[in-house]
Amino acid sequence: MPKFFSDTIIFNYNWDQVAQGFWRRYPNPNSKHVLTEDTVQREVKSGRLFTKRLLSKTNSIPKWAERFITARHVNIVEESMVDPKNKVLVTYTRNLGYAKVMSITEKVIYKESEEYPGKTVALRSAWIDSQVRGFSRAICAFGYERFKKNCTKMVGGFNHVLSNLYPHHNLLHSTQMTVTAAVKLKDAAKNASEIAKSKAVPIYASLHPNQS
Amino acid sequence: MNMNSIGEACNDLKKEYDACFNLWFSEHFLKGNTNDSMCAPLFRVYQQCVKKAMKDQKLDVEEVSKDVLGTDKEKKEPQSS
Repeated sequence: MPKFFSDTIIFNYNWDQVAQGFWRRYPNPNSKHVLTEDTVQREVKSGRLFTKRLLSKTNSIPKWAERFITARHVNIVEESMVDPKNKVLVTYTRNLGYAKVMSITEKVIYKESEEYPGKTVALRSAWIDSQVRGFSRAICAFGYERFKKNCTKMVGGFNHVLSNLYPHHNLLHSTQMTVTAAVKLKDAAKNASEIAKSKAVPIYASLHPNQS
Repeated sequence: MNMNSIGEACNDLKKEYDACFNLWFSEHFLKGNTNDSMCAPLFRVYQQCVKKAMKDQKLDVEEVSKDVLGTDKEKKEPQSS
C-alpha cells in the first residue's frame, strides 16, 4: 500500500512573490543535496505557463536498502503550471528510474490564502510507493519519514530565498512560527470537528495571537 | 548564486537564459503579457545543449517529457480523509 502524506503551509509572502521565488528556490542553505537544475520544456498555453524541469539530487538511503537502490543520484522531473490570472501555481514532481523500488510523487498547489490576505497557502500531497516484494512496507515507511523530515527543510529553504529576494518585506512574526502553527492548526481543526464549534474558536485564536 | 546544469558545457547558457526568464516572468508574464518571444533565442541554444547532455548521460528523454500534471495519470488523494 502506498503511503500518503499531506500538509498545509502558509508563506508570509503574497502569491506573486512566491511564484517568482519558486524559480529561484535553489540553491539555498538546505538544498545541498540538489546538484543540478535544468528547464527542459516550457511553453505558454491559453495564458498559462507550463514548464518541465529536470533536477538531480543525491540519494541518501539507509544501509539495509543499498541492495535495492544502488544509484547515488536520483533524477527528478518537476512539472509546473502557472496561472497568473487566478493566481495559482501547481507543481507535480516525480522521480525518474527506480520507480519500482521507491517512487515519490509530490503535488503542491500554491494559491492566495483566503484566511490571511496577502499570504500564500501551499497545499502539499505526496505519495510514497514501492513494489519490492517483501520490502515495500519497510521502504515506504523509510521514504515517508524521510519525506516528512525534508518538508520542513524545503519550506525553510524556500523562506530563506524569499527573505533574500524581498528583504524589506514586513514580517508579522517569524515564518517558522507560522509553519508550526499551520500544522498545529490542521491538527486542531481535526479535533475541532469533534467538539462544538464555539469551543473550537479559542483554539484558532490562541494559535494566531497576532492575527486576531 | 546559480545552480549548475546537468551538462557542464551548458552552465553559461543556463545562467543567461534563467536571468532572462526571471525578468520576463516578473515584468511581463505576471503582469498579463503572455508573449514569450523575449527569451526564445536564449532558450533554443540552451535546450540544444541540455538535450545533448541528457543523451550523453543516457537519460530516458521520453520519460522526462511525459505529461502527467493535468492529465488523468496524476495520482489521486485517498478517499478517506
